[in-house]
Amino acid sequence: MSGADGNLVHVDGVSKFFRRGSEEIHVLEGLDLQVPEGDFLALMGPSGSGKSTLLNLIGGLDRPNKGEVTVNGERIDRLSERKLAAWRARHVGLVFQFYNLLPVLSAARNVELPLLLTHLSKAERRKHVESALGVVGLSHRMRHLPGELSGGEQQRVGIARGIVTDPTLILCDEPTGDLDRKSGDEVLDLLQALNRQHKKTIIMVTHDPHAAAWASRRLYLDKGQLSTEPVV
Amino acid sequence: MKFGGLVWANLRRRKIRTLLTLLSILVAFVLFGYLSAIRQALAQGVDVAGADRLVVRHKVSIIQFLPENYESQIEQIPGVAEAVHATWFGGIYQKPSNFFPQLPVKPEEYLRMYPEFLLSAEEKARWLETRTGAVVGRATAERFGWKVGDRVPIQATIWTHGGGKKTWEFDIVGIYAGAEQGTDTTAFLFRWDFFDEARDWGRGEVGWYVVRVADPDQAVAVARRIDEEFANSPAETKAETEGAFVQAFAEQVGNIGAIMIAILAAVFFTILLVAGNTMAYSVRERTGELAVLKAVGFTDGQVLGLVLAEALALASLGGLLGLGLGWFLISLGDPTHGALPIFYFPSRDIVIGAVLVIALGVAAGILPALQASRLRIADALRRL
Repeated sequence: MSGADGNLVHVDGVSKFFRRGSEEIHVLEGLDLQVPEGDFLALMGPSGSGKSTLLNLIGGLDRPNKGEVTVNGERIDRLSERKLAAWRARHVGLVFQFYNLLPVLSAARNVELPLLLTHLSKAERRKHVESALGVVGLSHRMRHLPGELSGGEQQRVGIARGIVTDPTLILCDEPTGDLDRKSGDEVLDLLQALNRQHKKTIIMVTHDPHAAAWASRRLYLDKGQLSTEPVV
Repeated sequence: MKFGGLVWANLRRRKIRTLLTLLSILVAFVLFGYLSAIRQALAQGVDVAGADRLVVRHKVSIIQFLPENYESQIEQIPGVAEAVHATWFGGIYQKPSNFFPQLPVKPEEYLRMYPEFLLSAEEKARWLETRTGAVVGRATAERFGWKVGDRVPIQATIWTHGGGKKTWEFDIVGIYAGAEQGTDTTAFLFRWDFFDEARDWGRGEVGWYVVRVADPDQAVAVARRIDEEFANSPAETKAETEGAFVQAFAEQVGNIGAIMIAILAAVFFTILLVAGNTMAYSVRERTGELAVLKAVGFTDGQVLGLVLAEALALASLGGLLGLGLGWFLISLGDPTHGALPIFYFPSRDIVIGAVLVIALGVAAGILPALQASRLRIADALRRL
């Protein structure tokens, strides 16, 4: 459910800085961003430009020092830690560069993790897991441990974990950064299918123009500011 | 329970480390069991001592004798229901390490004083008919394979007879059982009349008296009256409750309870460091995974609970296996073959052990769990 203006994500006047000793490092300065529902947005920019920081703010993994972050009509920057955790579980699917799967759990158990926070029965959870792994084409690898899967397969398990709760928003941080071109393309193809066929809103951080080309829209972040064209 | 699989999977992550930590905890709780059993053995009788029984010994020392005729005098003192004497024989069966107490006693009076020694009427009658007869506790009978009808030679270390002969021979006429778990069934009891007539010296002298008081609430007052009765005599007495007597006997080698607590405190402190170190490493090496759990929606409290559950599972597995193994080994019997006649793992200490298991789990896990729960997701993910 998006706002009245059709935007799912509103980032208004957001600033974020980090402290390193007595020094303040300003990463984002009064940044504004709107992401319409059903968008597939690629956030690009050089290393240290604040792409991941912005993604973390939108995903409720971090809080801005100033400004507002509204997702699906909810001011997430004002939620308590507990409510924010519950909000993330319900509304956000996360895909990381290094997959971040738990090595001691099978692919199915990794995908099941977010469902442990729901009231679903074991049988219902299994059904959801099978469905999510089916979407990413890994039904036959359910019982394998991450160490027994290729990088591309691990990332697809990561995507299955990200979509298993049917989230409002999928956030991907360099999802192909650790993959070869072929595996990366498979992952991007999958994300595009999730966007086009399942109408999922996706924000993807990448510094790779090839990966960004799969998105329907591209924004460039540099020195804390967004633009539609790369800064030369 | 849906998080149980996650806890179990994490424990199996580093199998060798988990196994070594489990073994450390297991050994600590086996040791706890043994120390509990030893403490119980050394304080034997304190818990099961009759509240209505006093022990009267020579004021100077237990190895000084008292006159046999004190018995009738003691029985005249107000508050005394009955008195009976016993004497330490201190003999050896085959070799000195085969220790068990041997006491010459008056059969009927002694069995009346100690109703927890269960002897059949038939065996009791046979004992009264046989001057060289002896009844032996089940533990000692089983230890040496004795049965009724056996003739047993005992080498005297104190009491010679027949002009210097050290070997005394007794006929086993009965085997007594204990009414309670803590009842001592190691004693070898034989007839006082046979002993007193046969011994070369010390006739008419006894080791100590056991006195039953009419009202247990008056035990201290009766003890004082007994001591007053024999004050300024050649053999002054010291009367005390049986429990106090046994406690004092046990503490001849020091304050057993304090020594045990000191040893256990050192052991558990070390184990706490081992288990705590394991949990700290476990949390530190999967900072990223914990951050991912929080990222997908686990709350701080849930992450804290998961880490704490791991520590508790580790402590419970090691601790309960240790208590179980300790109980089993202790139930095999006294490892000294006789020096600790009452040797068992008291149920009270098993409960204390179970509480210690939980306390160990919480203490080892709480700091790493707090550390994990306070993890800032963005910072932790940035470090990956």
